[in-house]
Amino acid sequence: MALNGMEIYKMLPKKNCKECGFPTCLAFAMKLAQGGTQAEKCPYMSDEAKDKLAEATAPPMKTVTFGIGDRAYSLGGENVLFRHEKTFVNKPRFAVMFDDGENADDVAKKINHINAVNYTRISEEMYVEIAAFRCSSQDKQKFISLIKKVTSDCKKVVPMIISEDPDIASAAAEEFAALGPIIYGANEKNCEAMAGIASKHKLLLGVKAEDQAKLYDTVQKIQSMGFRELLLDGGGRSLKTAFDDAVNIRRTALLSKDRTFGYPTVAFVCDMTRDKMMEVAMAALFIEKYASIIVLSDMDYSMALPLFSLRQNIYTDPQRPMRIEQGIYRIGQADEKSPLLVTVDFALTYFIVSGEVERAKVPSWILIPDAGGYSVLTAWASGKLNAKSIAKAIKDFEVEGKLKTRELIIPGKVAVLKSDIEDELPGWKVIVGTREAAALPAFLKEYRQEKAS
Amino acid sequence: MAYKKPSQKFSGKIREVTVGSGLKLGGESVLPFYKFDGDTGAKPAVGMEIWDVFPESWPQSLKDIFGEYADDPVKWAKFCMEKYNPDFICIRFEGANPEGEDRSPEECARTAERLAGEVPVPLMIAGCDSDEKNAKIFVKIAEALPDKNYVFLSAVEANYKEVGAACGMAYGNIVSAESSVDLNLAKQLNILITQLGVKPEKMVMNPGCAAVGYGFEYVITTMDRIKLAALDQNDATLQMPIVSPVSFETWKVKESAASEEDMPEWGSQEERGIAMEIATAAGVLAAGSNAVILRHPKSVEIIRNFIDELL
Repeated sequence: MALNGMEIYKMLPKKNCKECGFPTCLAFAMKLAQGGTQAEKCPYMSDEAKDKLAEATAPPMKTVTFGIGDRAYSLGGENVLFRHEKTFVNKPRFAVMFDDGENADDVAKKINHINAVNYTRISEEMYVEIAAFRCSSQDKQKFISLIKKVTSDCKKVVPMIISEDPDIASAAAEEFAALGPIIYGANEKNCEAMAGIASKHKLLLGVKAEDQAKLYDTVQKIQSMGFRELLLDGGGRSLKTAFDDAVNIRRTALLSKDRTFGYPTVAFVCDMTRDKMMEVAMAALFIEKYASIIVLSDMDYSMALPLFSLRQNIYTDPQRPMRIEQGIYRIGQADEKSPLLVTVDFALTYFIVSGEVERAKVPSWILIPDAGGYSVLTAWASGKLNAKSIAKAIKDFEVEGKLKTRELIIPGKVAVLKSDIEDELPGWKVIVGTREAAALPAFLKEYRQEKAS
Repeated sequence: MAYKKPSQKFSGKIREVTVGSGLKLGGESVLPFYKFDGDTGAKPAVGMEIWDVFPESWPQSLKDIFGEYADDPVKWAKFCMEKYNPDFICIRFEGANPEGEDRSPEECARTAERLAGEVPVPLMIAGCDSDEKNAKIFVKIAEALPDKNYVFLSAVEANYKEVGAACGMAYGNIVSAESSVDLNLAKQLNILITQLGVKPEKMVMNPGCAAVGYGFEYVITTMDRIKLAALDQNDATLQMPIVSPVSFETWKVKESAASEEDMPEWGSQEERGIAMEIATAAGVLAAGSNAVILRHPKSVEIIRNFIDELL
């Protein structure tokens, strides 16, 4: 439980020695309570008091990690219940469930899907981060050989080993320790053994219970063993109970400031429905509220396109709008004579403009200069979108070498830039385009016709 | 120490608005689907979108389902009712578009009247891309269908006076106030419309909608902030139920519109379209939408089950 300044003050030596950098012990205590300094700064505090304070002033939700090297991921560490209050920090990761009882064709199909879904959207790589493995055969060798097959066929996934049998969990953990797997399956009965395995290999441990109250007790038990790298599962396997778990575990950490539940959670969507489209609906809910690992039965493009996009949106820092990489983008089968448009690097603007150009079915090029990540008018008003930044993009991206056209279509809202750009770019003609993206299809069709005649 | 389940109690409540003769929207005093906290109000409604003209621009998979009936909105609506039983029908007067068929307000009103006579569920009336034209057709349609409690989508800053006065006041229907993903704009428009004299129980709102991936974070954050202002701060100017025209947005983005020839690695175009519609609908419902408008029958089925399972 978090302590207030006065409670912390009582634990201090009250010498007012100033060695911590604060004028008095009280001032130090107040700052500590707000998280503005660390307990270690006080040289005279007892170790016991320091531990207690470090615990009390730590963030409400722990950041835990799994995986290894460039496939190491952080979960949790969230400070707010709504992104507008500050920002969400660690995006949820997607897992695909495998079972050692399922047939080889299904396994092969999922492996193909996992390897196929691998693309970049607004500078973010989209792929399945985790393969979850359930041991329903209770056969150690069978289980391990399935994990071996999938992790060698899908190079990017980190395994999540699911077993409540410490013997099986330990064998699999031993085998795949180098991949930094998640061990899932600690419960009230086996938690001592499971925590031992996780702690031996320094792995993230998934804890499961029948309901939130039992989970709470089990987590306390594990914490008392000194192990704190946890992932929680309140046991709900209907949408309603699983949503209750996700919301209330998060609220216990952030609203009640109770760190027993200050860990990320996992949602087993694959167990809540047999319908792929229902999985999409449920996963959308858990991306917004508040799962950190979402386990699906599969991940093909129809599931990936909406879910990865939604995750990208929700986990964008509200203070830093999404930016598209600068460059020259080809829309359709554009050739060196196709129309060239310029707009800004604010991702939303780019998507709307490129969508309308696609809708027009007029193959074109879109040039994206450095416009500070703002919308057209804001970028212009703040001096980020001007003749110089546009001319620089024409040069940087070697547009004159790539294209034969010497006409540049600019957004109608910045028509005033026309003569400035023409001054900066000798030999170019600036065409003032539409004020709204929605009018682009008509504009481009007309423009193409004029060119042809 | 034993577990103490947290809970958030609010002093505010979303206003309950009756659409048609018995479809209730809103009434909740907790965050969306927080059944464990208290009263979740009326179950979010699921409606289906139809057009007054043949939907040439819709993907083939949708035309395969509706094409046979889509030459006549009454036939189309009846097909939807018999087969999929939506809570309401949203008729979009695309044919009124001045850049397209430019159908007259009188013609639109006749279509709406025929629909009202044949369709047992409430209607939501949506316009075309022109705010100016929408004001004209909405006035005529509201006049032809007085006191029906039908929802008119939407009054925007440019036409709220005409739409508000005719639909919300003179002819006893419901006005949807539409703004673009900004709490302050939503609040301002709600205030302007109530100042005209439209009663709050004759209002719903659409504070902006988008497909997932296309600025959807602004939609969610605007809705989160509106619901918190309405519930936590008891802000009466933001307590109107929210109607989200999901299908208006999701079927035109690349993920739904790109053909299998253009994007072979993406697989079935129909599945992509459904998944985009479903993820967007679930996303806005989770942020507090009280009604969603959808196109694909599979989306209607899934989203209805999704709502039922949560409540």
